[in-house]
Amino acid sequence: MTATTPWQPATSLPALESRARQLAWVRGFFAQRGVMEVETPVLGRCGVTDINIDSIPACPRAVAAGFSKAWLQTSPEYHMKRLLASGSGPIYQVARVFRDGEYGRRHNPEFSLLEWYRPGFTDSDLMAEVSELVCGWLGCEAPTTMLYRDVFCRFAGVDPFLASDGELSALCEKWMEPAQLEAFTRDEYLDLLMSCQVEPALAEAGPVFVTGYPESQAALARVSEQDGLRQAHRFELYVQGVELCNGYWELTDREEQQRRFAADNQARVAAGKPEMPVDQALLAALQAGIPDCAGVALGLDRLLMLKLGLDDLSGVIAFPADRA
Amino acid sequence: MASYSTNEFRGGLKVLLDGDPCIILENEFVKPGKGQAFNRVKLRNLMTNRQWERTFKSGESLEAADVVDLEMEYLYTDGEFWHFMKTDGSFEQYPADAKAVGDALKWLKEQDVYTVTLYNGAPLTVTPPNFVELEVVDTDPGMKGDTAQGGSKPATLSTGAVVNVPLFITIGEVLKVDTRSGEYVSRVKSS
Repeated sequence: MTATTPWQPATSLPALESRARQLAWVRGFFAQRGVMEVETPVLGRCGVTDINIDSIPACPRAVAAGFSKAWLQTSPEYHMKRLLASGSGPIYQVARVFRDGEYGRRHNPEFSLLEWYRPGFTDSDLMAEVSELVCGWLGCEAPTTMLYRDVFCRFAGVDPFLASDGELSALCEKWMEPAQLEAFTRDEYLDLLMSCQVEPALAEAGPVFVTGYPESQAALARVSEQDGLRQAHRFELYVQGVELCNGYWELTDREEQQRRFAADNQARVAAGKPEMPVDQALLAALQAGIPDCAGVALGLDRLLMLKLGLDDLSGVIAFPADRA
Repeated sequence: MASYSTNEFRGGLKVLLDGDPCIILENEFVKPGKGQAFNRVKLRNLMTNRQWERTFKSGESLEAADVVDLEMEYLYTDGEFWHFMKTDGSFEQYPADAKAVGDALKWLKEQDVYTVTLYNGAPLTVTPPNFVELEVVDTDPGMKGDTAQGGSKPATLSTGAVVNVPLFITIGEVLKVDTRSGEYVSRVKSS
């Protein structure tokens, strides 16, 4: 510790005040709608199997609780689904979540996630509610909705469902060398095009929901056939090109969930990443039955960044990772 | 040689890319929430001085480049090489060729201190300080009554550099010059 260690917050006092107002506004929004606030563990027995989300491990010594290896939660999803299965009804949470290795202008390894679940809602019902919350707070125009397929066709000039891997790879050569692209999976081509080509274009397009993701990117969303293509009932909201939330018409089928966990772990092994323990408690809750519902997770730090017209999270997080 | 993973990339880091030493200027982390993370990196190739933009899958790594910046005193030129000496008292000398000296040539004054960038132990580039003080060896005669507002004229400095100076500057005066823009800053009071 030296005299030059920055101890001050990265944010201004007005930004801290806006954060407090945003939180009060969110709580008012859900109180009005009869959605119950809940709290679930930050430290859990299981992390996630998602190939592109890395949980931060922790080693608590609560051996009496059978708890010697644990994970900081990357989202409160699994615990909240266990509440849904036990009959909680509609619930929301303002959670602190952690994702290893994510740091940049729009990423911080620890961030505030607003997550909520609506029994009886479909993805489109929940998109309408997201729109009310986001537009009500930002004062922006209502989002338009575009299919994942259409945003790629329009902004990247390629059909993400029908193009060959070779065609996708050729487009990616604008950013990466052929040797780097050799071992890419199809989703990695699509993610590169999404980050480098589509997102910047969306910045000019006004608020837009992107829906109908390829089945391989369904995560925990249910999938159905639309226009002869298997598409996931998953949506993301982009405001000024900033990815603000990720929602699903939730998968409630235990067997299917178990298959996806196993497939995730296979992909992790193939990518040289550690296999993750599968959350048996979530599978048991799905077995017991969770209601048909839609759920969404929204980044509160990014929402505040947009509200304040900033383009770097360090303006809205008092102590980002570099001074935490 | 050590290597750096994308999550260690930051401005100022020197790495090898396509066999050339490069300095990282900017590193932007991008990632769709559920998708693969990438690092979009801006680098400057230290051999060609060209700026590069390259994207890496997060987790990829690059070899570290053996590049160090050292303060060195300029001694003399033998016509082929320009000789510099470390200022740490070791008297160690390094010959820099014309390519390494580059544009710094017109600011080189014996006994002044420059930043010499070594790549694998040999001078790669020579960078002058932001400001140098050099004597005027040739310029048109000054005109009486001219002020700082009054236009400019070329002046040749002791190193051969030509800079635009106010009309009142005369031969023999020492000037402070900004090496980045090549512009006249002020007169230096002779001590």
